[in-house]
Amino acid sequence: MSSHSESRFPIKHLIGYIASIVLTGAAAWIALGTELPMGWIVAGIMALAIIQAGIQLFMFMHITETDSGGIQLGNMIYAFGIAGIIVLGSIWVMSFGYHDHGTDGGGSETEEHGGDH
Amino acid sequence: MEAFLDFFFGEFLVTGQPLIYGAMVSIALGSITVIAVLTYFKAWGWLWREYITSVDHKKIGIMYIIAAIVMFVRGGIDAMMMRIQTSLPGMTFLDSQHYNEIFTTHGTIMIIFMAMPFLIGLMNFAVPLQIGARDVAFPFFNNLSFWSFAFGLALFNISFIIGGSPDAGWTNYAPMAGAELNPGPAINYYLLGLQLSGIGTLGTGINFIVTILKMRAPGITMMRLPIFTWSTLITALIIVFAFPILTVALALMTLDRIFGAKLFTLAGEGMPMMWANLFWLWGHPEVYIVILPAFGIFSEVISTFARKQLFGYKAMVYAMVIIALLSFLVWVHHFFTMGAGGGVNSFFSITTMLIAVPTGVKIFNWLGTMYRGRITFETPMLWALAFIPNFVIGGVTGVMLAMAAADYQYHNTYFLVAHFHYVLIAGTVFGCFSGLIFWYPKMFGHKLNEKLGKIFFWLFMIGFNVCFLPMYFLGFAGMPRRTYTIEPEWMPLSLTATAGAFMMAAGFAVFVYSIYYSFRYAERETQGDSWGVGRTLDWATATPIPFYNFATLPEFDSKDAYVGMKDKGETTYDKSKVEEIHMPSNSGLPFFMMLALFIASFGLVWEWFWMAIPGLIMFFIVMGIRSFDYNEGFHVSTKEIHEIEQAARGEDSK
Repeated sequence: MSSHSESRFPIKHLIGYIASIVLTGAAAWIALGTELPMGWIVAGIMALAIIQAGIQLFMFMHITETDSGGIQLGNMIYAFGIAGIIVLGSIWVMSFGYHDHGTDGGGSETEEHGGDH
Repeated sequence: MEAFLDFFFGEFLVTGQPLIYGAMVSIALGSITVIAVLTYFKAWGWLWREYITSVDHKKIGIMYIIAAIVMFVRGGIDAMMMRIQTSLPGMTFLDSQHYNEIFTTHGTIMIIFMAMPFLIGLMNFAVPLQIGARDVAFPFFNNLSFWSFAFGLALFNISFIIGGSPDAGWTNYAPMAGAELNPGPAINYYLLGLQLSGIGTLGTGINFIVTILKMRAPGITMMRLPIFTWSTLITALIIVFAFPILTVALALMTLDRIFGAKLFTLAGEGMPMMWANLFWLWGHPEVYIVILPAFGIFSEVISTFARKQLFGYKAMVYAMVIIALLSFLVWVHHFFTMGAGGGVNSFFSITTMLIAVPTGVKIFNWLGTMYRGRITFETPMLWALAFIPNFVIGGVTGVMLAMAAADYQYHNTYFLVAHFHYVLIAGTVFGCFSGLIFWYPKMFGHKLNEKLGKIFFWLFMIGFNVCFLPMYFLGFAGMPRRTYTIEPEWMPLSLTATAGAFMMAAGFAVFVYSIYYSFRYAERETQGDSWGVGRTLDWATATPIPFYNFATLPEFDSKDAYVGMKDKGETTYDKSKVEEIHMPSNSGLPFFMMLALFIASFGLVWEWFWMAIPGLIMFFIVMGIRSFDYNEGFHVSTKEIHEIEQAARGEDSK
């Protein structure tokens, strides 16, 4: 418990917290408040998400602590691997493994939803 | 008023089913008995201080196990009712709706509220002891995890008397589980009950990763960890990566059902199969979450009662790591018949079959451990020995199911039902029994009666085979799973299965009796190494285990820490090295935090926002109170340590 009793003001956490709120608000505004084409919206939200992930890792997640650096790195590589499997795997499976989306009637119907959310 | 009464008796309480009235009466009588006993013995304060608010990993573990055994009974009664209904053609014991509800709750309860808490309870009890720690890394959080699980369990279980049970299978497939085809609170109970208990599971995962990585005693390197601790670490990793998928899937379906979203609906461009996809992205790793700790238990038990170091320790560890990786790459084999392209199905066929390789390695390691060992047949060892052939039957039929083309024949038949019961019962349930009997003397200060234990074992194990082996053949004969009436030609085998189920129930009754019998008559343990052949640190502690676990610890330099200690004559109480011990304080906050979430969840189940929102606010208030809680625990004086250790170890302590 003693590690909690730092006397310094948690400025890093506060900045991270405010930045997270701002970025989340910005993402919601891009999606709901603008008339941009779908591709732009998705790209914009993705870019904000990557910045947000960076804020989480550096402001909150102790990634800069060196004594457990190896574990952190291994953990992150594994986490990105799993995230990739979940996202790419789901797209592949839910498009039934058919790559030429435009030509197949049944496939194209499911395809639209992938970009919807 | 009349409208309220109409609602209360028409929708709120489940009415019109004699079996449910029976259940209501028995629940009422049971609650009254428990309350009366606690009041009579003035035990409320004791219960609150010693258990409900406890941050002691041993007590939390015991609470998990008690809850799991109660749920084993409930899930078991569900199973017996299903077996009775399908024993003869034209049975009218259950109607189809009631049958649907029962197979749904049987599956959900056995996986989420029986297998998981049973194993988490054993992990809680044994892992800190095995690594020489005084508690888990986050003791408060551990208590919070337990209450999140317990309130999730309560929420799920009240559904059958209040509002009706979920009836879309434990997989809860959309669109069957969507608001359109399944209005009312039933499915909401599934979504929110699992969501609430999932918080605790995720917490347990984080807690054990940190505990095992950071709190090992000096000299216990990663490659000297007892194998059960290794299996816990791998399981915790899978939990942390897999459970968020379930959390998201449940949240999305909650949005669908309560807030009118159209993510998994048929109408409005929803994607029903996406639910199956997300569910099994979690669901398959979940299978390994409930099997890997059981593997760990079998490894410990076999090595202990064969009196040999585990054969192929490193291979065991790597096999588990590979299983953990592969567990995220096989999920589509649960819905091959969705009809994805040949590429998808072939890929997932191959990854599924690959899992048989590390599992096979482990089987040979267990056999290798026993080879030339001096084996004795205590009850934990009997369960471990029975596990190997029975699990192999389940595993081999699993490889049959893994072939996508063949799976079109087996899919949704009793062949599948037989397969997963062979792996889950012979693996997980046998593992839980083995582990519980193994550590029982450390938990309660006396062993379970060996003779009754053997009757339990033989009845249950033979009953299990009589029950589930015929189901493979019923599957070949075309009997679909989840059917509530059977065709006459299935009757002989189906009736045999029912007879087997009754044998299992009889065996379990013997087990329950043996708990009572052993409590009354069993010899009390006088020393820590209950079986006389312990190899890991958990057996080095005194019995009863002091609440701080270890007064002192030597420096370790080999695997099987306690074997080394016995050779050198060391104990966990070296008078000259005793120092003050810092321990965490108990706290009632987790109970209230999760009570608040329970109220909020119950409100959401009924879509009563007047109840859900105050519940959530109450939750945040308790969290706020927690942030200003500066309790830093307490210190145990050296005098008290000497007294406790000498009382536990008797006069011969040095």
